[in-house]
Amino acid sequence: MSSIKIKLKEKDVQQIKEIASSFGNKPGELINVLHKTQGVFGYLPAEVQEVVAREMNVSVAKVYGVVTFYSFFTMIPKGRYPISICTGTACYVRGAEKVLDEFKKELGIKVGESTPDGKFSLTCLRCVGACGLSPVVTVGTKTFGRVSPDKVKDILKEFD
Amino acid sequence: MIKLIIDKKTVEVKPGTTILQAADSIGIHIPRLCYMNLSDFNIENKPGGCRVCVVEVEGRRNLAPACATECAEGMVVNTHSIRVLNARKTVMQLILSDHPFDCLVCAKSGNCELQELAQTMGIRDIPYQGEQSTYREDTSPSIIREVDKCIMCRRCEVMCNEVQTVGVLSAINRGFTSVVAPAFEMNLDHSECTFCGQCVNVCPTGALTEVDHTNQLINDLADSSKTVIVQTAPAVRAALGEAFGMKPGTLVTGKLVSALRELGFDYVFDTDFAADLTIMEEGAEVLDRLTKFLNGDKNVKLPILTSCCPAWVKFFEHQFPQLKDIPSTARSPQQMFGSIAKSYFAEKIGVDRKNLVVVSIMPCVAKKYECTREEFSVDGNPDVDYSVSTRELANLIKRANIDFIALPDGDFDNPFGESTGASVIFGTTGGVIEAAVRTTYELYTKKHLDKVDFKQLRGMEGIRSAKVDFNGLELNIGIAHGLGNARKLLEEVIEGKCAYHAIEIMACPGGCIGGGGQPYIHGDTSILKARQKAVYEEDVNKTLRKSHENPYIIRLYEEFLGKPLSEKSHNLLHTHYFDRKKEIIIE
Ligand code: SF4
Ligand code: SF4
Ligand code: SF4
Repeated sequence: MSSIKIKLKEKDVQQIKEIASSFGNKPGELINVLHKTQGVFGYLPAEVQEVVAREMNVSVAKVYGVVTFYSFFTMIPKGRYPISICTGTACYVRGAEKVLDEFKKELGIKVGESTPDGKFSLTCLRCVGACGLSPVVTVGTKTFGRVSPDKVKDILKEFD
Repeated sequence: MIKLIIDKKTVEVKPGTTILQAADSIGIHIPRLCYMNLSDFNIENKPGGCRVCVVEVEGRRNLAPACATECAEGMVVNTHSIRVLNARKTVMQLILSDHPFDCLVCAKSGNCELQELAQTMGIRDIPYQGEQSTYREDTSPSIIREVDKCIMCRRCEVMCNEVQTVGVLSAINRGFTSVVAPAFEMNLDHSECTFCGQCVNVCPTGALTEVDHTNQLINDLADSSKTVIVQTAPAVRAALGEAFGMKPGTLVTGKLVSALRELGFDYVFDTDFAADLTIMEEGAEVLDRLTKFLNGDKNVKLPILTSCCPAWVKFFEHQFPQLKDIPSTARSPQQMFGSIAKSYFAEKIGVDRKNLVVVSIMPCVAKKYECTREEFSVDGNPDVDYSVSTRELANLIKRANIDFIALPDGDFDNPFGESTGASVIFGTTGGVIEAAVRTTYELYTKKHLDKVDFKQLRGMEGIRSAKVDFNGLELNIGIAHGLGNARKLLEEVIEGKCAYHAIEIMACPGGCIGGGGQPYIHGDTSILKARQKAVYEEDVNKTLRKSHENPYIIRLYEEFLGKPLSEKSHNLLHTHYFDRKKEIIIE
């Protein structure tokens, strides 16, 4: 009958503690603390939420509630090559959804998830301001314009 | 005072009163769904989310939610104008459009507030059709979560977070996919849930219900190779009658016994007997620690905390593991009964423990979990096979075509049927400690106790403290019911703000009479008071009112156990606790 164990590195715990105390450990500042914490870790895994809960003196269920309420927060680490698909109006009208579906199919993941090998992750973006090139996809630091579903395979191959 | 008119009736209320409360005060029942008011515990849930309670306020353009709108001078309110009725109907139809059509096979059917409302409003069709949200079912030893049926009233969240301060449940996600769930959507069984079942008690729908053991029971009763015995907890007799339309607070002990006999149990016993046994062991422990303490032994830990509530035990194992040496090591009455039944009694009637099925009838759902704790089994065979709630028993009685009201009064079987008044009051907050005081007083002072009623220990206040005179020694006693109150009291103890010799804690508001397995009270806390009264009534009706006077208890010690805290007692009647705190391992 062991207790529940959470594993984290000392310096990670220290960082969370500092962020929490910079907001006075006030439960009302939970969203800000999570925001900053995600800025540091890139995402909010369960372990991190446990420590945040403890530092902020709120239940971890509440922390999880906030994390799942705001689409800004994510519990999944970004892949080495994060894929973003613009679903702004212009891209959407020109078939961004079909492109998105193709990425999902090729990678076997949903929006907000990463591939098991940690290589790719998938997110949607609002208008990136390159409507002339719509539909637009960015992978890592590269941008692809006028993407159609049949080009998806080739794009992914570039990152082999 | 503010004067307003509701449905042509004038009413005067204090400033700050809501329209809903004002209407209630003059007997106008505005329908409601998410709203909950447990007035005796100062708990009000009014998220204003469901919009079922909308009313028309003259001069306002929009309909107002009555639960969240304060009364104003001269207001004219109509609670059933055609506009209101239509709006309410639409709201209900929208809620139902994302609700499974499971009424025929739903555990909550007949007790469901959503179903009742749909009937009252005459909903006969649902014009809105769309996608329905679906979630996996989550089963734990005590509670089933069928979140498809969640209407996001968030009553359970208030219960778990504010009343019980366990903090297991929270609203998650947003919009269409939002539900109430534990962190990371883990199963309740993996969380810090205490299985107190208070969330089940307040859930208006079938989203939260207890694990049902009645089918297993029916099978066991039909199995001729098994001897099936039953024990029934003190608080059950003070509430079971409600399920058959009897007035809250009606004692049905005799009918309960007859019903159990008709159902086919081989022996009908009383958990009260085991409660007397608990007092023998716990009382001896109190006396032992107290004497050592008074003699200046620095190793002795006071206060001693009661340990008969499994939800409370799980609570301190998670939340206050540093205190795990303070509670009494005495097992709960349910478990004491089980271990004695499967040793002493099994031997007596010559039945192997594997063929002896011990069933308990409990006002509680945490007891279901308690039965499954490993330390309460021998070679994988549990001391208590399973526990059935008051509600489940009521259903089973109906299913067996038994006319409960017409049943004659029956008597419990012996040797575990005799009990004292001290054991009956285990069912209410304050009762366990009063029972303990009655026995330890005589053990400590070696004097006869004439007045057994310790009124200072009784009541419904969440946290109480009282002094009891032990012939010159003043004993400080603390009492808390509801886990939030327990937390408060414990924190005071840790901070050294109060010095108690003994503390009684029960997880459920009101104690076992308000347990998670009792007939639903639908927010009417006066029912708990009626049950409490009944329990004290039964105490007064008993000839014997001190646990150590129970002749069958005396005989059990003579024949089998030796004396309280003997080696045999330790093995069979005591337990140990685990540190279940979440640990952060730093690498
Ligand atoms: S929760 Fe209520 S309305 Fe829903 S299926 Fe069950 S009984 Fe019917
Ligand atoms: S059973 Fe009690 S502790 Fe568990 S979720 Fe419900 S209210 Fe919270
Ligand atoms: S589980 Fe029940 S009590 Fe909790 S929010 Fe859903 S419907 Fe309300």
